[in-house]
Amino acid sequence: MSHAAVDAGGLRDTWREILSSRMGAAGVVILAALIITSAATIVVIPVETLQEWNNPKSWISYPKAAVPAWTNAVLPQKIPEHMMLDNPAVSERAVAVGDTTSMITTTEHEFAVDYRYDDFPSDFIYSFSAEYWGSPLLEMSVDRPDGSTILLLSKALPHLAADRGGAEGRTDYGGSTPVHSERIFSTDSTMRKNIAMQAPSIYKHDTSGASTEDVLFSDAADGSVLQGVYTFRVTVSSLEGFDMLESRLVVGGKAFGIMGTDELRRDLAIGLLWGTPLALFIGITVAVASVVAGLLYGVYAGYRGKKTDEAMMRFNDVIYALPALPFLIILSVTVSNSILLMVGFLAMFGWVGVAKVARSMSLQIKTRGYVDAAETMGQSRSKIITRHIVPQLLPYAFASIAISVPAAITTEAGLSFLGLGDPSFPTWGQILHDANTFGAAARGLWWWMVPPGVMIAITGLAFVFIGNALDSIVNPRLRRR
Amino acid sequence: MGLKKYVATRVATMFGVLMITLLITIVLVGSNMDSILKQGIAFQVRSEITENPATAEGFTSVEEFETFVQEQIEARTALLGLDEPWYSPQRIGITMYKIMLLDFGQATFITSDSGSSDVREIILEKLPRTILLFTTATVIISIVGIFLGALAGSRTGSVIDKLTSSFAVVSSSFPVWWVGMIMIFLFAFTYQVFPARATPEILPDEPGYVAALLYHMTLPLITIVLIGFGAWAYLVRNFMAGIMQEDFISAKTAIGIRRKKIIYMHALKNAAPPIVTILALSLSGSLGGAIITEAVFDWPGMGRLYFEAITVMDLPVIIGATYMLTVFFLASIFIADILYGYFDPRVRTSS
Repeated sequence: MSHAAVDAGGLRDTWREILSSRMGAAGVVILAALIITSAATIVVIPVETLQEWNNPKSWISYPKAAVPAWTNAVLPQKIPEHMMLDNPAVSERAVAVGDTTSMITTTEHEFAVDYRYDDFPSDFIYSFSAEYWGSPLLEMSVDRPDGSTILLLSKALPHLAADRGGAEGRTDYGGSTPVHSERIFSTDSTMRKNIAMQAPSIYKHDTSGASTEDVLFSDAADGSVLQGVYTFRVTVSSLEGFDMLESRLVVGGKAFGIMGTDELRRDLAIGLLWGTPLALFIGITVAVASVVAGLLYGVYAGYRGKKTDEAMMRFNDVIYALPALPFLIILSVTVSNSILLMVGFLAMFGWVGVAKVARSMSLQIKTRGYVDAAETMGQSRSKIITRHIVPQLLPYAFASIAISVPAAITTEAGLSFLGLGDPSFPTWGQILHDANTFGAAARGLWWWMVPPGVMIAITGLAFVFIGNALDSIVNPRLRRR
Repeated sequence: MGLKKYVATRVATMFGVLMITLLITIVLVGSNMDSILKQGIAFQVRSEITENPATAEGFTSVEEFETFVQEQIEARTALLGLDEPWYSPQRIGITMYKIMLLDFGQATFITSDSGSSDVREIILEKLPRTILLFTTATVIISIVGIFLGALAGSRTGSVIDKLTSSFAVVSSSFPVWWVGMIMIFLFAFTYQVFPARATPEILPDEPGYVAALLYHMTLPLITIVLIGFGAWAYLVRNFMAGIMQEDFISAKTAIGIRRKKIIYMHALKNAAPPIVTILALSLSGSLGGAIITEAVFDWPGMGRLYFEAITVMDLPVIIGATYMLTVFFLASIFIADILYGYFDPRVRTSS
């Protein structure tokens, strides 16, 4: 009917009004950027990163409390970047030995490390997992930029026989191939011994006592950092078949990614990205729920009037007078701190103000002629409320939603910051809580503290801008220029 | 409705709200609290026996010993009135009656700095500090805010107006506690100007305590003021901008009264009612919203007391602190309403 058309027209006007004010347009642009970020995060970043956020195992290859890598662009001394190399150049050879039945297969993985930093790496770790039979030989060596080659390690992998096999995959041998996983650290004692034996022929400076990575990456002449391309080569020779499943070289650094990492080695960029949809979800759900509840409550009270109105408003007064933050704290400690319940608790305290305004607005509207007319025509109460009164309040409702979002986000962040939030999700408040727990301020880990707060503020600003623009539509008196 | 009747109804409602608040608190915290206390009693009885092996020697069998322990536990449970469940009308009745007499009892775990576990003493020790920090901050915020707002509102569209408005919007988007964290990072660790923890190291009865307290107060004070005054200025600016458009201001300009005098004498005077109302609201309201800020700065006031009490589930302290926070909150709403009604006659008749 015509109602729908009028409503749509009203909405379109509201939309145009928001965009016509500079603030409103800025708010819409920021919000759009946040929504696109959220959507991209949900689609592109695997959900496992969210589920595994608190699982230290899944962050084990990451550096501890590393600064964002881009800081190197402004710093005169280049901080070594953390490198996780997963795609080595693979080459395989098969050489016949003696009779034609036994072949030695050689699998070679080459990692090129372009090292252009002014400090030594903190360590390096080679981790792999492979399917094989018997006892292959693993050799690890490094070609340095100055042309010398250092053999790091040469060892036999543990003997794997059929009875030790797992259930993974079948081979021509008729049984399942056993899998072996191993992590070789730069602190490996054999590696140290090997380097100590080869060092005198390569280095002019004294390398005794220095750690493997410091020796490996040092200039042969003076022991300073030698920049250039280092080639890490891992060669596995096997008589009975060898299949590398995973092969990864990590050269530990103190700078990583766009946002750095925290003390628990988590990539903060991922945390911040997941925080965006979470914050929008919390803010918008709380705002919509409390505004809708308050609107219906207030309109109903105002429309019914008399005793109903009186009783409903007294109840409203009681909820209004409850101190919200203390109660939210008690509720999260005693009842539950799950994110969904928190949203509910926040909405429980959010609807009160809206109800008050909605009531007084509906008191005005119900005296208008067309409401009377509808009543005389015998329209039902619910129909009058939803068809005639609520549509009039929609601009106000939108403004209230926009204005309540930042408050909801900040309150949730505050509760999380106190350690009362849902620890299983990386909300911005939760990240700040972790930062505070690990003494980020005292240790100067600014990249852990600054971005979450800035994100909270930007998100808040977007809604405040939109809310202000909407507000000037609702209260034309405020419009001035 | 007469003013007396209005005030009486409001006070009655407020009292009701206070009692409901405390009742909900007891309901939410009570059960957890009871189980913690009972565990504490059992632990206490057993540790006392371990410390005095003589008592254990008198028993012939393990069963006899266990019954003795059980009896001891039950006797102490009854002594503390824990044999009744927390939701029994008797216990809630007694608690509520005591609360009405402002007797909050003894704290279970938390003690005051002087070692007392009387809840009233603990609160009386923490409350002045919260008032000191937050009331001082609110006073500074309102003074800076009123003058900046008046200046901006009298010259709408000028550079200072635009700066004030944008600063207000941006500054109020940042959570105070986050700015606190950054301030600690900048001025306590990077440049070591102020202490990182706001609790003075020396005890209250030592000389130089006041100076130490004020020094420790500086960083939180600066932070609260920095985040707070923008919103105030924006509010005052909006009132002023409205009043500056009124005819009587134009008339005063026409008869040649100096502009400064018009702004600060006449316009500001007319904007006073809402400003005073909001000042009353924020003065008493500032005390309640301090929980997170005090946690960040480790300021030893009511907010931190409340947070500590909740983390260790100390019901008497939680009730005492909730009582104080609610009373301040209710008082602020009430005072604001009365002031608003006093200044704006339209509200008075409609209520």
